[in-house]
Amino acid sequence: MVEPLLSVRGLTKHFTPTSFSRGPVVRALENVSFDVARGEVVGLVGESGSGKTTVGRSVLRLIEPTTGEVRFNGIDLTKLSVAEMRRQRKHMQYIFQDPFASLSPRMTIGQILTEGLHIQRIGTREEREHRAKAALEAVDLPADAFDRYAHEFSGGQRQRVGIARALALEPQLIVADEPVSALDVSIQAQIINLLRSLQMRLGLTMLFISHDLAVVEYICDTVIVLYLGRIMEVAPSEALYADPRHPYTRALLSAIPDPDPAKSRTRQILKGDIPSPANPPSGCVFRTRCPYAVDRCAAVVPPLEEVSPGHFKACIRHEVSG
Amino acid sequence: MHTAPVLDISSLRTVFRIGGRQVAAVQDLDLTIAPGETLALVGESGSGKSVTSLSIMGLLPRKVGQVTEGSILFRGKSGQVQDLTRLDDEGLRRIRGNDIAMVFQEPMTSLNPVYTIGEQIAEPMRIHLGCSHRKAAAAAIKLLEDVGIPDPERRAGQYPHELSGGMRQRATIAMALSCDPVLLIADEPTTALDVTIQAQILDLLQKLQDERGMGILFVTHNLGVVAEIADRVAVMYAGRIVETGTVADVFTHPRHPYTVGLMRSVPRLGEATELRRRGIPLPTIAGSVPSLVHLPTGCSFAPRCPLAIDACRAGVPPLYETGNGRKSRCIRWQEV
Repeated sequence: MVEPLLSVRGLTKHFTPTSFSRGPVVRALENVSFDVARGEVVGLVGESGSGKTTVGRSVLRLIEPTTGEVRFNGIDLTKLSVAEMRRQRKHMQYIFQDPFASLSPRMTIGQILTEGLHIQRIGTREEREHRAKAALEAVDLPADAFDRYAHEFSGGQRQRVGIARALALEPQLIVADEPVSALDVSIQAQIINLLRSLQMRLGLTMLFISHDLAVVEYICDTVIVLYLGRIMEVAPSEALYADPRHPYTRALLSAIPDPDPAKSRTRQILKGDIPSPANPPSGCVFRTRCPYAVDRCAAVVPPLEEVSPGHFKACIRHEVSG
Repeated sequence: MHTAPVLDISSLRTVFRIGGRQVAAVQDLDLTIAPGETLALVGESGSGKSVTSLSIMGLLPRKVGQVTEGSILFRGKSGQVQDLTRLDDEGLRRIRGNDIAMVFQEPMTSLNPVYTIGEQIAEPMRIHLGCSHRKAAAAAIKLLEDVGIPDPERRAGQYPHELSGGMRQRATIAMALSCDPVLLIADEPTTALDVTIQAQILDLLQKLQDERGMGILFVTHNLGVVAEIADRVAVMYAGRIVETGTVADVFTHPRHPYTVGLMRSVPRLGEATELRRRGIPLPTIAGSVPSLVHLPTGCSFAPRCPLAIDACRAGVPPLYETGNGRKSRCIRWQEV
């Protein structure tokens, strides 16, 4: 079997109080494992507090995981020194949610696009400019954008700049954290189409983080559904949307409002709030809101079980989740 | 119950002064809301939907924003009709929080962090209805119960930071309903919430409207939410209403190319998989929303419109009656 580009094993992140902060331990991630093959797009989907961003940041070691392995090309990133990690990081890039906050207002687009190359000491000045301009072209921005500032561009165009910045380093892995959530509906689809065509053309490998299952359907090969720091379900995209197995995935899909007035309005509304990750429920973390929860669900942490090839769910209620 | 509208806006024009220039954020806007009816105002950034709601409430930023034309007729609890554009600050204060109530996007910023939830819900009842402290406090607990907050006595004594996002939005809804308003303006009330919590809040608003019969102006960018909650919809683009009608009519057979594009752009579960399999890109609207400072001449949507012809650039199209009480601001609406 081909080695996956990224292999995450037992990733756990507990945010513990420091001398500057008080309060309980926040269990953001608990024993998360998954693989991302070369050229694959994996979606990480969940609501607030699900840990999706914590996974993305832990992979790049923008935050330090508490325990677990993050193997990238077979190298465990969690064991690397700061200098070694910096060398690895040029192979991975991050696309941020807010194109207004993530681009410096004081730098030209050209400076923004070449900064990473400069820091990684890649190429001569001319070569760096050449790569930056190629990246601009790849995201369908005009060449004259190079000498302009971020404020001269609309939200959608700024997000294209954010994508170009990631592409300029020709990374092996891109982590895109809610890249379309801040954009208008008519612009969202443009950016998703762009990411998809870049992915096909350049064979990009991507972790695509989103709170919206409807947004990731088009771009992702595999979708991981997270809830309170644990994986509830993993499946190839087609299987997940056609045949969701976990009660949480079903509820999440059912909660997305559909603009078609002809669609029946019978929705399953989950009761209650998402529990605090500082005080997660015992056993299955979803059981406090699950319509099918039984006593047993409080006693055991449900293991991820394979229900069909590549399709896993963490639910012991087989009679309802199939 | 009378069916005269609670809100009747005609020819509204709201301008902002930006760098010495006047920019119309809303123009030629007509809309009505009947008691017990929900009208959704839907549009993208800069479409003017929020400016419309701020114009109604008289909450435009002073010296910068101003209603320059049109009238906003509002029928209060007493049945008296007043033009909100002609009221002074004192007159508006008597109406806001009393006859008209508001719920905003971010519950953390609309709640005061240093007062308890109970105190904040009780305050409008003391100010507008002259309730005693004790009576208002008891009513606040009842309201918390009505909006589905468990253990309301305890919650009333807590501060906003002690509640989850969904709970806080329930609390702001309780505050809005405290004086039994005839009109509720909800500006993106579920946008900051998780999707499973959004479903709960939409359900709650519908239930409360059934019980109390207030009109609701629901401002949102989310077409799915519109289909869920509204009776009628007004689609806004670059400061103007471009299409209006019942949600069922407009969403099933849109009569404006922008509405068509917007409907197609919304990701639908299950459809994307099929498009992907066939290698077809997601449908989009070309280009981006124009800046209000540099609006194109004629129809503002023409530069992005697949149906645009020279006549579209000649002048701003009027709202054409397209039957069944519907209107479209497109000269080619019959071909849409």
